[in-house]
Amino acid sequence: MDILFGLCGKGFVILAGDTTVAHSIVKMKNDEDKIKTLGPHLAMAYSGEPGDTIQFAEYIERNLRLDQIRNVHERRPEASASWIRSSLASSLRSRRPYSVNILVGGFDISSAAIVEGQEELGGTPKLYWLDYLGTKVEVPFGAHGYGSYFALSLLDRYHDPNASVEEAMGTLKRCIDEVSKRLVVSPSKYKAKIIDKDGVRDIEIPV
Amino acid sequence: MSRSYDRALTVFSPDGHLFQVEYAMEAVYKGNCCVGLKGKDVVVLGVEKKTTLQLQDPRTVRKVAVLDDHVLMAFAGLTADGRILIDKARIECQSHRLTVEDPVTIEYITRHVAGIFQRYTQSGGVRPFGIACLIIGFDPHDTTPRLYMTEPSGIYSAWKANAIGKSSKTVREFLEKNFKDDMTRDESVKLTVKSLLEVVQTGAKNIEISVMDSTGKVTSLELPEIEAIVSEIEREKEAEAERKRSRLAATAAGQAAMTARAGDAGPSSS
Repeated sequence: MDILFGLCGKGFVILAGDTTVAHSIVKMKNDEDKIKTLGPHLAMAYSGEPGDTIQFAEYIERNLRLDQIRNVHERRPEASASWIRSSLASSLRSRRPYSVNILVGGFDISSAAIVEGQEELGGTPKLYWLDYLGTKVEVPFGAHGYGSYFALSLLDRYHDPNASVEEAMGTLKRCIDEVSKRLVVSPSKYKAKIIDKDGVRDIEIPV
Repeated sequence: MSRSYDRALTVFSPDGHLFQVEYAMEAVYKGNCCVGLKGKDVVVLGVEKKTTLQLQDPRTVRKVAVLDDHVLMAFAGLTADGRILIDKARIECQSHRLTVEDPVTIEYITRHVAGIFQRYTQSGGVRPFGIACLIIGFDPHDTTPRLYMTEPSGIYSAWKANAIGKSSKTVREFLEKNFKDDMTRDESVKLTVKSLLEVVQTGAKNIEISVMDSTGKVTSLELPEIEAIVSEIEREKEAEAERKRSRLAATAAGQAAMTARAGDAGPSSS
């Protein structure tokens, strides 16, 4: 039932997810953060089988942290997403695969990622769409869960890669409202995180 | 066969020694000197760096390793052994976080490292680690500085200040004489540099200092900062020597005056 959204703007990427934990037809919790910060400029939103999600997310978190301590520098989002994908792919071929879908949002601050003429952005926003089958696609925007049925068409129409934070949050708000309007069991609350050159932080969703 | 217990690691000599472990200690004594020191709410690691060769990249030679956000380690002995050990310790730090959702305590990670050391003194086909470690840091949700040392045998112990590696005995004796409880950050750094200067001839450019404060923030001192501390220490030593010289001179002058007066008094009385 989890719903995840992600979209890139000018110099930032936003990840959002609902905060509901459901067991059968019962809501167990309404303040679960489904977005994990994985590094100074990296975060991932995850959904899927409860239990699998947390187990896998923590496994990823600790391994990326270990990698960063070993190498001093943080890995680029592309490299991190590739590693997460390969972890999902090897899990799929194990006896008990993780059933987790993921949106990885990162901000590439390496000098190669600084676009000429846009140095003030300090890098490039990156968004990757991953599913439990080990698919990985780099996307300008993405969604997981039932929300994707309503939101992708909206994002197709309204997403702007040069949007400001306010504009992007407006687009995100459109998606959330559409889900609330059309989905039978729509979640009531969402949490969002923004990733830019200054790092990962929470961002308020406009009412 | 008479010397076979000297070769096989896991065999005691008749008088109860494990020679290979003792030889590992010798490798430690050949290693660079490292000093660890606790202040009031700060803990300092100082290491002696080998002079890098002219064409070498100095950034690739680092003697202080970050094990986790709140743990630092320095080692003396075989650098290659150290690298392996650091990696094992780093994995354990993250593994501990994964299983119990808490960072390691300094005592825990030291015990883990010492456990690895011990294992390599009791298994077949291996040799002990040729390193000793100083592990510093702060426990989670605690502001008490911690300092531990481990040895190749698997012994570990807590200290207020300690040294390992080359001339560690000299430095330890110096620390025993000069250590005070509850030193400030500046005092702690200064005493660390001072104790290293006891054995490092080449001065500031061969000293590496890392400081961790109670928030867990690690600062590596830049060369100019260390140079400033070194020159301050040298000035103080100079002043001390000067004072000693003048006191000596004063005493000598006093004595001379006394003998002169005695000499004057001598003839007049006769």
